[in-house]
Amino acid sequence: MSETSATRARRGEAPLAPTAGQTIGPFFAFGLSYDRMHQVAFPHSPGAIVLGGTVYDGAGAPIPDACVEIWQADEDGSISRARGSRRRDDHTFTGFGRSFTTDEGHYEFWTRNPGSVDGKPPFFAVLVFARGLPNKLHTRIYLPDDQAALDADPFLSSLTPDERATLIATRTPDGGLRHDIHLQGEKETVFLAF
Amino acid sequence: MTTTEPSATAAAPESLLASPDMPSQREINAEIADLHAQAAAREAAGESVPNTLYDFAPYRSSVLRHPTKNPRLVDPETIELWSPAFGQRDVAQIESDLTLQHRGEPQGERITVTGRVLDSWGRPLANQLVEIWQANAAGRYIHQRDQHPAPLDPNFTGAGRTITNDNGEYFFTTIKPGPYPWKNHVNAWRPAHIHFSLFGTGFTQRIITQMYFPGDPLFALDPIYNTIRSQKDRDRLVSTYDHDLTVPEFSMGYRWDIIVDGPDATWFEQEEGGH
Repeated sequence: MSETSATRARRGEAPLAPTAGQTIGPFFAFGLSYDRMHQVAFPHSPGAIVLGGTVYDGAGAPIPDACVEIWQADEDGSISRARGSRRRDDHTFTGFGRSFTTDEGHYEFWTRNPGSVDGKPPFFAVLVFARGLPNKLHTRIYLPDDQAALDADPFLSSLTPDERATLIATRTPDGGLRHDIHLQGEKETVFLAF
Repeated sequence: MTTTEPSATAAAPESLLASPDMPSQREINAEIADLHAQAAAREAAGESVPNTLYDFAPYRSSVLRHPTKNPRLVDPETIELWSPAFGQRDVAQIESDLTLQHRGEPQGERITVTGRVLDSWGRPLANQLVEIWQANAAGRYIHQRDQHPAPLDPNFTGAGRTITNDNGEYFFTTIKPGPYPWKNHVNAWRPAHIHFSLFGTGFTQRIITQMYFPGDPLFALDPIYNTIRSQKDRDRLVSTYDHDLTVPEFSMGYRWDIIVDGPDATWFEQEEGGH
C-alpha cells in the first residue's frame, strides 16, 4: 500500500497543484457529442424515465449553449463499473449521460431512478458547463418521493426550504422527473464544493 | 412537412455571442488587473478563493451565468467518489489522430500533443477518457455558429478522443490551432488553445479546461485565460515544446500534464488507514 495523504501532509509535502478548469466555450458540441449520449437507459425499456428541465441565466432567460451531465447509481443502489458510456450497446447500464441544451435551454435524459446508496436519499450527481460559465458547477438532483429520507438527510437539512427546493426534482404525471437549473438569480440552484 | 415554433423567450444563440457594451482592450486589461488584485487580497485575508474565478466580468458572457452565492462545502457521497468507467471499447485508436479523419491532409503545422494524467499524489490515471476539440489552423471552428470568416478546412474537423494507457499517458496527433477572434470586446482574440475534457477517478475530479501554446502574445489580453487568478495556475495551462517529441521532417511536439483534483474512493481508503 502506498503512503497516505496524511503521511505526506505530516511531512509537509504538498500534493501536486491541480490543473485549473476553464469554460467549455461556445463550440463544444462537435467535440463532445456522441451517439445516444443522453440515453443512460434505453428509451422505453423497463423502468426507463425522462429526466429533463431548463437551464436559466440570472435574467431568467434559457441558456441554449449549456452541457449537463449526470452520473448515478442504478435502481438497486449499485454503482456501475461497466465501460461503454461513450459507445452505447443499449442494454448495459453505465450510469453516465450527457445532454446539450436546446435553443430553448432544455436538457433531457432517458434514464432510470437511482436507488439509495448507503441509506442516503437517492440523487443524480450533476455537472453543468456552459459558454460564459468560467468553470464546471457541481450540483445534485434528488428524487422527490421519499420525504422522510429527504428530511433526515443532514446536508439537505442544513439548507433553507428555498435552497433545498433547488435540489429536489418534481415527479411528472407519467413518472418522469422535471428539474430546472438556475445559474444565477432569485432561484439560484445550490452548487457544491467538495 | 412539420415545423417547430421556437419559444418566445429563446434568443438565437449566435445573437448572444457579442457583448452588449464592446469595451476596448485597454478597459478589459484594467478590469482583469483589478479582479486579480481583489482575489489576491481576499486570499491574503484568509479567504478560500477558487483557482478559477466564476464572477469575472471581463469575460462578458459570464455576467448573468455565474452563481452569486458561494458553493456549499459538502462531504462527497459514495457515487461522487467514483467516475464512469471508460476503456478501449469506448474509442477507436484512429480517433486520437485528428489529421486522418478526411481524405486529404489538413492545412497547418502538424503536432503531437502528449502528456500524463495524474492525481494530486502523482499517481498516473489509466483508462481515462480524454476528449479534445479545437479550431483549425486558420482559427475557425467547424461549429455552425462560428461566424469567423476564416476558411474552413475540408480535411479537418478538430475533434478527437483517446483513452490513457497504463502510465496515464495520452497521445494526440493534430494540427496547431490558430488564434481566434471573438466579440467579447473590440478586436478580441483568443490565444491558440485546445479544449480538454477528463473525468478523473471520482466525479468530483471531472475537469474541462484549455491547453495553450508557449509564448503566446495574447495571454495577457485574454479574459478567459485570466479567469484563472494566479500566474502559477495560468502557467500550468501552457504546454511545453519538446524537441524529443518532434518527428523529423514531419511534426512538432508539445507536452502537457493534467493534474485532477478532488477526493475519490481511494482517497478515503487512505484516510482510513491505508488498506
